[in-house]
Amino acid sequence: MQTRKFDTAVQELKYQVIKELIRAYDSPEGIGTDIFRDIPVKIMPGPKASLRCCVYKERAILQERLKLAMGGDKDNPNVVEVIDIACDECPVDGIFVTPACRGCISHRCVEACPKGAISIVDKRSVVDKSKCIECGKCAQACPYNAIILQKRPCVLSCKANAIKVDADKKAKVDNDKCVGCGACVYQCPFGAISDKSYILDALEILKNSENNTKYKVYALIAPAIVSQFGYARIEQIVTGMHKLGFHQVVETALGADLTLDHEADELGEKGILTTSCCPSFVKYVKINFPDLYKYVSSTPSPMVMAARLLKAMDETAKVIFVGPCTSKKFEFKSDIAKDSVDCVISFEELQAFLDAREIDVSTLGDTALDNASYYGRIFARSGGITEGVTQLAKERGFEARPVAMSGLEECKKQLLMLKVGKSPYNFFEGMACEGGCINGALCLQHGPKSLSDVNRYGEKAAEKSVENSVKLYKLTKNKGE
Amino acid sequence: MILKVCVGSSCHLKGSYDVIDKFKSLIESEKLGDKIDLRACFCLNRCSDGVAVKADDTYILNVNGQNAEEKFRNEILPLLG
Repeated sequence: MQTRKFDTAVQELKYQVIKELIRAYDSPEGIGTDIFRDIPVKIMPGPKASLRCCVYKERAILQERLKLAMGGDKDNPNVVEVIDIACDECPVDGIFVTPACRGCISHRCVEACPKGAISIVDKRSVVDKSKCIECGKCAQACPYNAIILQKRPCVLSCKANAIKVDADKKAKVDNDKCVGCGACVYQCPFGAISDKSYILDALEILKNSENNTKYKVYALIAPAIVSQFGYARIEQIVTGMHKLGFHQVVETALGADLTLDHEADELGEKGILTTSCCPSFVKYVKINFPDLYKYVSSTPSPMVMAARLLKAMDETAKVIFVGPCTSKKFEFKSDIAKDSVDCVISFEELQAFLDAREIDVSTLGDTALDNASYYGRIFARSGGITEGVTQLAKERGFEARPVAMSGLEECKKQLLMLKVGKSPYNFFEGMACEGGCINGALCLQHGPKSLSDVNRYGEKAAEKSVENSVKLYKLTKNKGE
Repeated sequence: MILKVCVGSSCHLKGSYDVIDKFKSLIESEKLGDKIDLRACFCLNRCSDGVAVKADDTYILNVNGQNAEEKFRNEILPLLG
């Protein structure tokens, strides 16, 4: 079997835990309390520690990962949790003048500081922490790179300002501010912040279907999947998923076609609209720009649209979404989604599932995958919805002035302009992850190749317009009512 | 009668939507709206014989845009009894 490629060793650890959990589930003994002893030892056999101070700490952390793999803290509504003992208490010094400071005479750092926080003492720069706002301008100004901004990777990655450091120097997630984008999960170099997994629920749904005889289990796959399995074709992945027990694998992009159709109409009616397909973006607006929340589209996300369609066609269907994203893991429990989506797993978890069952997709034949249009498929990347809405608006005779906001920082910038009435745009595509879903926190791979993969996949779509998906939707809708 | 047309990937590629369009206009022109309930579904497990259609419990296979009317008149209508 081919070696799996992950961006980071942290992802690989998470993957190993999930894989062993699935193996334990499949074993004749099933899942008992002894997995908390056996799985960590299997992954970290010792006797030498390879990652932490000792093998016992490594195993203790693996136990915590295992708890998250089994659904995590049920009392915590957030999908993202901190593993306290894994947090390495990274320095939080902020602006720090290193010994590389040469005591020069130009004092660019002093000039650059907007708060007058830098003074020269004994010919060297000294930062007054009570005045410093950690903007980093001094660090940029120093010709010797002698000043550095030391922030924790988790804090730096969180554009929603939801990560704080507690008295014990451990990271803490503020649930009132967290938008569940998962950026910290991907960025923490110690893997101390992680997402909960619902893989056991997925396994139960599949098992209880008794090979799709009691009810049928549908997998809805996010379009970002095409950039994920570099060693196999998407058609082979689909075959592999059938072997895992799914009755049908359906493109979520089919739902994206419907979302697009609705959003174009909504834009025509409302005049100003933001997208609603990224639940982290929607949450970000709700928390940080409550007065703009009225502009957020009321159209359900592609995941929900596609799942509703499946349930309209097959009343007893169970739907499992497979995607790149932590925020879909909370979206599916929301009021709007809970009746249509039964479970969400990530690409990482799908990989672990395939490997636990020893299915090498690269050796399998192809199963056709074709449900959606070009526009539905390019939803996976920043600018995709923008492109689709512009096209539909043109066809429907009104003007869209769209902007693709990629990443929460860009979202903030554009929303501020809208708030003060200075935005030239009327359609705002908001995605919490930079580049869109192809850079989702739970992607196996992140990189420029993902973009070209998604574009190519879009162009391969047999449907060039959203028309047929809409037709299908109407067909089921009439019957349902 | 419930008339299901498969729109799974394989049948989709073979022209499910053409079949749906044909059936729809036939149901309208023959005024069978109250007798035939046209639906779509994902996969009837007859992927190699698509487009697959199921009229209540009877499979009608290898349907396409060209032969849809013929299949409708010769194989589906008689089932209405």
